[in-house]
Amino acid sequence: MSNRAEILIIDDEAPIRRLLEITLQSNDYNVTEAATAKEGIIMAASHPPDLIILDLGLPDTNGHEVLQQLREWFTNPVLILSVQKSEEDIIKALDNGANDYLVKPFRTGELLARIRSALRSTLPEENNSLINFGNLQIDLAARTVKKNNDTVKLTATEYALLALFAKNEGRVLTHQYLLKEIWGPGYINQSQYLRVFIAQLRKKIETDANRPELIVTESGVGYRFICKE
Amino acid sequence: MAALFNNKISSTKQYIFSIMLVIAVGGICYFLSTFLGYRVTAFVLLLTVSVLAMIFDILPVLFSAALSALIWNFFFIPPKFTFHIGTTEDLILFLMYFVIAMVNAVLTYKIRQAEKITRQREEKEHTVKLYNTLLNSLSHELRTPIAAIIGATDNLQNNNARLTPQNRNDLIGEISKASFRLNQQVENLLNMSRLESGFIQPKNDWCDINEIVYDAVKQIEENDIQQRITININPAIPLFKLDKGLLVQVIYNLLNNAAQHTDAGSSINISAACHTDVLQIIIQDNGKGFPADEIKNVFDKFYRLKNSKTGGTGLGLSIVKGFTEAMGGNVNLENISTGGARFIIEIAAETSYLKNLKNE
Repeated sequence: MSNRAEILIIDDEAPIRRLLEITLQSNDYNVTEAATAKEGIIMAASHPPDLIILDLGLPDTNGHEVLQQLREWFTNPVLILSVQKSEEDIIKALDNGANDYLVKPFRTGELLARIRSALRSTLPEENNSLINFGNLQIDLAARTVKKNNDTVKLTATEYALLALFAKNEGRVLTHQYLLKEIWGPGYINQSQYLRVFIAQLRKKIETDANRPELIVTESGVGYRFICKE
Repeated sequence: MAALFNNKISSTKQYIFSIMLVIAVGGICYFLSTFLGYRVTAFVLLLTVSVLAMIFDILPVLFSAALSALIWNFFFIPPKFTFHIGTTEDLILFLMYFVIAMVNAVLTYKIRQAEKITRQREEKEHTVKLYNTLLNSLSHELRTPIAAIIGATDNLQNNNARLTPQNRNDLIGEISKASFRLNQQVENLLNMSRLESGFIQPKNDWCDINEIVYDAVKQIEENDIQQRITININPAIPLFKLDKGLLVQVIYNLLNNAAQHTDAGSSINISAACHTDVLQIIIQDNGKGFPADEIKNVFDKFYRLKNSKTGGTGLGLSIVKGFTEAMGGNVNLENISTGGARFIIEIAAETSYLKNLKNE
């Protein structure tokens, strides 16, 4: 990235802030920090960053409230930090406008990948209907999919699902979001549809459907389409 | 029997049951009164009260003792259908009956109280013993990685100039490994406390078994295990309505157990199939298996094999059992004749094939 992206960290734990700061600065991001929700909101308002990393467990205000306040005017990506086994919290945050999440303890590689894909989503979309993901090629104009140059036959629903993933590469999509987008609002609780179609899609596009690498399961939350370059 | 019924039946129900039993027994005796003298009836009623005393609290028993005395007096002692007692002998008998029934109730109650106290004391001793075992294994399991982290960071901070790049890499590797181990133990402890609190309510949703198995496999492979894991899932397996989080944890713990107790290069196989709405997951390895006399104990909390190496808290497999049972299933362990251990999980659950969706 030509000009360094500015990232604001809102987390009360000094060691986590320090860790994030070192990781981000050494990867050419500018970092500012806030230890409380109040401080964080003021900093975000006075000098809006390109991305905010927000810890859900803040001492002064609940992280969800901070997120809601931020989302009243802040449109850049927000990345949520959460503790383990709190899928409901994560889904709530994603519904409230968080772009992605990380669960503590997280790997720095994961952190950087999330930041990259979140920042990428704010860039203007390229007007390119042809998307390549490793050995998979999706032509959004012709609505065709090729794997190793062989055409993959997909049903209409499978294609819709894959196209939605492709447009959101690297981002987590919740079960509810996928069900709503593909099947409609009435299907939000019909999770068996999603499971069946994800399984079918994996059989067609993954190298090994038992060990899927393109459509990755985000346990209890949703799915993430990942392309390893 | 006392332990079985103790404190489990509400006191209203105890009263109702006592009254009904006494009346029923009285009724039967009444119909048999041509064969049974009224003195025998007294013993039958006394026996009824004694049985009640073994099961119920003191107040319902005293109440039924009084009731049975009155029933005996009214229906059986001549003249019948009055509370009047004809002879002095019968009056003495009636008073004796009353006293014996009461004494019986009180004594039985006291014996049961004493039993209860002994039982509580035994339970407390058992808990203390478990707690000590936990502390011992935990302090080892938590302190070892902490010691590794402190030692490695000390070296990197204070001894940096004398370390070769290789040394530095190794120390960082140790810190990383120790942190993963700590994380794992904390996870186990949290799961254990979830089980102990009894608040595990499975959140059932449709599960793709392929997905769940791979989720667990991916997690275990992040730990750089030295064993090869193969997956073998029946392609026709339906979706199951189960708690995904619990099931992943069960599989992960079994894989972790196999990885801890088999040699590098061993293989671990997971297979899954559906047998008439029962999900069967089998995890087997080609290691040494379990000592036959210890198989029955391996799922016990804090149980560790007698000859096992250091490491491990004895929590992993008890969590497997607890979580599986929380989902209404069961887990079994057997040794394979050709060597190795085989864990079999079976859980009955709602299934969905959704065949009609295929062409959508």
